[in-house]
Formats: sequence, C-alpha cells, structure tokens
Amino acid sequence: MERDVKKEQEYKNIAQKYEPKPALLKNVVMAFVVGGLISDIGQFFLNFYLSRGYSMQDANTLVSITMVFLGAFLTGIGVYDDIGKFAGAGSIVPITGFANSIVSPAMEFKREGFVFGAAAKMFTIAGPVIVYGVSTSIIIGLIYYFLK
Amino acid sequence: MDYIKAFLMGGLICAIAQILIDKTKLTPARILVTYVTLGAILRGLGVYKKLIDIGGAGATIPLLGFGNSLAQGVIKAVEKDGLIGVFTGGLTATAGGISAAVFFGYIFSLIFNSKTKK
Repeated sequence: MERDVKKEQEYKNIAQKYEPKPALLKNVVMAFVVGGLISDIGQFFLNFYLSRGYSMQDANTLVSITMVFLGAFLTGIGVYDDIGKFAGAGSIVPITGFANSIVSPAMEFKREGFVFGAAAKMFTIAGPVIVYGVSTSIIIGLIYYFLK
Repeated sequence: MDYIKAFLMGGLICAIAQILIDKTKLTPARILVTYVTLGAILRGLGVYKKLIDIGGAGATIPLLGFGNSLAQGVIKAVEKDGLIGVFTGGLTATAGGISAAVFFGYIFSLIFNSKTKK
C-alpha cells in the first residue's frame, strides 16, 4: 500500500500545480463577458448618435465622452469597483476603466489636498497612458510624414 | 448584428488582457499603457481600421481604440497640414475624451468619497 500513498502525494502535487487553471478560465470568461457588454453599451450610444445625424468621427467622440462620464460616475458611487472585483480586465481595458483609473485615486487622495492630492493623483495611471499614447502617435506621424 | 460583433470584439480584446494579467507580470496599469501604444502602432500599420470595420464599438471602446484615435488623428493632420500635424493631430482627435476624463474625473472625485476599506 505504500505505493498508493506515494501516488496520492504525486497526484496532490500535480493537482496543486494546476489549481489556478480553473481560476484563469473563469477570469477570462468574466473579462470577455463584461468587456463585451461594455462594448455593447458603447455600440448602443454609437448607433444613437449616428441616428441623430452626427458624422462617424463626431459620434465616436460623443461615445467616448458618454462612456467616460458613466465610468467616472459609477466609480464615484462605488459600483465600478464592485464590477471590477469579478470582471478584471473586462472593466479595466474599456474607456470606462480609464475613467475609473482617474476617479479612484483622486477620491482616495482628496484628503491630502485638492492640488497635490486629488488633482495630481488623478494622473497616476492616466498620465502614463497619455505619455505613451501621444509619444507613439508622434513617432508614427514622423514616420508617415517622411515615408509618404 | 453589430451588437454581436461589438460584444465579440470587445470581449476578445478584454479576454486577451486578462490572460496577460494572469499569466505575466503585467499589472493593470501596464496593460493600459501597452494597449494604448499597441493601438497606435496597429493604426500606423493600417490594421486597426479593419478591426473597427468588423467590431465597431467593440474595437473603439477598449483602450486600443484610444491609441488608434491618437495615431489616426496624427496621420490625418499630416495629410492636411504637413509636419505640424505630427504634433497637433493626436490630441486634437482625442480632445473630447481627454477633456471629459479630466473634467468628469475631477468633478466626481470632489462629489463622492471613496468607500472606507475594511
């Protein structure tokens, strides 16, 4: 029977090794569903603005503004962080998550003042996003200008 | 039909980010930076336009779409105004979203207080 005990231990080791896997699958499915739903809310507003006669570019800008508003508001009332607990990347990656990344630290550091607390901490994550986004686009623009 | 496409495209982009968070050392902040950079590069290569044609809001709502807008703005401004467009195009195209993020972000952080954490 000693062998069985050994095998049991072996099985336990293997089981432990693969334990996080179901969590990964669950996380990915939740991210997919929530990310998809937030995109559909965006699609709803896009269709709405297009039906109002806005151009595609203006409609997209209006959708961004609307979604940023919703993301900031839902973060303010504490709902967005509840969604984030199970949605993971599904709530981080959409533009509503960008708004969340601004409001969340701003609320938290408000007590440290309105300049270096709220206003400065707003850009803890949004700052790097803008730095890398703008810099990349400028490099692309330069390449485009000289290759055109 | 566009709702199904948007759902699938947006869901897929978020699912990839979740895999990156779980399987690599990329934090959510790094994912956002990576996505905005990648979105701009994909637009520069002309790829992201196709993803938007397929996925609609599913491709514009994730932060990849923000990078796409920056690069697209720069490219269009270069075509119209030349070299100065390199510096004016990106933020002009994304001004609405960024201004809204700054303004609403600040206003809502003034109005609301963060929940006391247990």
